[in-house]
Amino acid sequence: MTSTPFNHRNPQLNRHGELNHLLSTDGLSREMLTRILDTAVPFTEVAEREVKKVPLLRGKSIFNLFFENSTRTRTTFEIAAKRLSADVINLNINTSSASKGETLIDTADNLAAMQADMFVVRHAASGAPYLLAQHLAATGQDHIHIINAGDGRHAHPTQGLLDMYTIRHYKQDFTQLTVAIVGDVLHSRVARSQIHALTTLGVPEVRVIGPKTLLPTGIERMGVQVFHDMKEGLRGVDVVMMLRLQNERMQGALLPSAQEYFKSYGLTPDKLALAKPAAIVMHPGPMNRGVEIDSAVADGGQAVILPQVTFGIAVRMAVMAMLAGA
Amino acid sequence: MDIHIQNGRLIDPASNTDQAADVFISAGKIVGAGGTAPDGFKADKVLDATGCIVCPGLIDLSARLREPGFEYKATLESEMAAAAAGGVTRLACPPDTDPVLDEPGLVEMLTHRARLPGFAHVHPIGALTTQLAGKKLTEMAELSEAGCVAFGQANQAIIDTQVLLHAMQYAATFGFPVWLQAQDPFLAKLGVAHDGEVAARLGLAGIPVAAETIALATLLQLARETGVRLHVTRISSAAGVDMIAAARASGLAVTCDTAVHYLHLCDHDIGFFNAHARLDPPLRAQRDRDALRAGLASGAITALCSDHTPVDDDGKQMPFGEADIGATGLELLLPLTLKWAEEMRLPLATALARITSDPARIMGVDAGRIAPGLAANVCVFDPAASFLVNRNNLKSQGKNTPFLGLALPGQVRYTLIDGYLAYADGK
Repeated sequence: MTSTPFNHRNPQLNRHGELNHLLSTDGLSREMLTRILDTAVPFTEVAEREVKKVPLLRGKSIFNLFFENSTRTRTTFEIAAKRLSADVINLNINTSSASKGETLIDTADNLAAMQADMFVVRHAASGAPYLLAQHLAATGQDHIHIINAGDGRHAHPTQGLLDMYTIRHYKQDFTQLTVAIVGDVLHSRVARSQIHALTTLGVPEVRVIGPKTLLPTGIERMGVQVFHDMKEGLRGVDVVMMLRLQNERMQGALLPSAQEYFKSYGLTPDKLALAKPAAIVMHPGPMNRGVEIDSAVADGGQAVILPQVTFGIAVRMAVMAMLAGA
Repeated sequence: MDIHIQNGRLIDPASNTDQAADVFISAGKIVGAGGTAPDGFKADKVLDATGCIVCPGLIDLSARLREPGFEYKATLESEMAAAAAGGVTRLACPPDTDPVLDEPGLVEMLTHRARLPGFAHVHPIGALTTQLAGKKLTEMAELSEAGCVAFGQANQAIIDTQVLLHAMQYAATFGFPVWLQAQDPFLAKLGVAHDGEVAARLGLAGIPVAAETIALATLLQLARETGVRLHVTRISSAAGVDMIAAARASGLAVTCDTAVHYLHLCDHDIGFFNAHARLDPPLRAQRDRDALRAGLASGAITALCSDHTPVDDDGKQMPFGEADIGATGLELLLPLTLKWAEEMRLPLATALARITSDPARIMGVDAGRIAPGLAANVCVFDPAASFLVNRNNLKSQGKNTPFLGLALPGQVRYTLIDGYLAYADGK
């Protein structure tokens, strides 16, 4: 009937189609994703040098704006920035729920006045970094780059990218793979970033596995196959990507208990045996052992969970260098 | 003062009129509509309506004026200017002010404040329960005397169905209509967008269509039990339209409306978290939107409203799920109706009926038509001109609309309220 009367320009690209912010893996081309992964490769060896630093972002100020607590993610961004020789300022902003949005815009304006070059933003509300990007654009400040370090349930693009880096490292060719994402997809920004990246990079079969209470309506429209039976879903896969299950999910009516969840959807050696013998197991951390993953798997030979962390720093360096590098 | 509106095309849906005709107004009333002036008529003012359509002043079933309590979002003055600029001469306002419209004194104060020349007729919708809390009935008889045209809950549900039953029984006792939104509060809990593909992709908590259909089933069943005159506000889904149509086919005298944005937008228009598209009920899927467009054309949906909800900039400068709900609409009611009519290839009279004579019937007032003896509430608009939606052109204090930046068909030239020229060409 009517066509949608609106044009939505992808807010993470500038007018030349180059990456200005990293807000989501959604809407980035295969070439762009591949370029980020390629850029990350040489950064992995920076960590092995005696002086773990390159001068790419010397003199740049990077602000970690964390409206939601996260020591792990913040630390990896901090390390990445420091290895690029940037100045890093960490801000943990406690938010009262009433004034979250205001705080976000006000804080950004204040920091912009301090000649910030980049914001790394984590926020509990889906879309918060988009609001920030729009605000910067509207106020002529979009020389400041934004990296989304996780917004609500929406996206966690650097996690998605480091996962892609890990998969490419172990499996080389995306176009021959079957990948399963297991667990609480509904509340997971990681899952969404993984799905967009996997489908864009040409993975022919992406599966999501979980109970109906933890899978969003319409998820199949994102190009995935839905499985409720974990054994069926894991059969023949090359990559198993586990999601973290927050303890608070047990408090509502989404799940009866951690024990029952583990029985149906916890990754045990038995279930993993259904995947291909060379399958790798990934987890974004922090893990709940005995809830979504058995220790025997987490510490087993197929787990690549610690390499994920190492690659994560290189990928974040790559993104920062691409956005703010001269 | 005698006013002569000349050279216009008169469309009066109630009388099936669509013809070139002049309109003659004297002492605030219509005294003639046709070719020649009534005897003794001497125009003090002539309004040229060449190329324009002359129709009854628009009637809006839902416009929040934000008074009392939310004057930082809008005031009576600003929103009355918006109404006049939008050709709206009569409106109903929901009770979700602060304090809530649950006391006769408040209602009297509001209607009294609104009783100024050039201000649209304001019909408060009284709260059905005190504080809209869904626990205790309001003094409906007193509120009705104070000027309430119906009773409702704005966007608050009555959770306790026994209270709902009693509220309907009590309203039915006196023949008071109840206007209620169909949205199950549990299924809508924490939800901010239609539960579908877009919410899944954006990571927004969803409100399923079942929130509407389940609440609707309850409302329809209780209306049947109690015999209350039920009007369902803001239908948002195809399934909801079907249920209303089926209920009516089975003999229930239920009416319903939807709001302008639901005719033109769907969940995809949230785009990259556009907070202007944060509405209640949420924008649903494309096929829901198409069903609403068809349902309004066929009359399955009885009327169209603006659901005018001015919000200040700070309220929208928020992440999508935390942003204030609603869109400004008084000045978009006519253009978006015309756009819908144009796209659906509907006769203008049919389209205009949904914002004039049909809502008048729901309100139970003799208005929304042009006939000798009636108060002269008239809208004159140029259908060929377009209204550019931007912050400067909007008179409403709320500049919040997902249609910002668009040029929409139709520009109001004159608005007359009880024969008073409330708006003339950009003034």
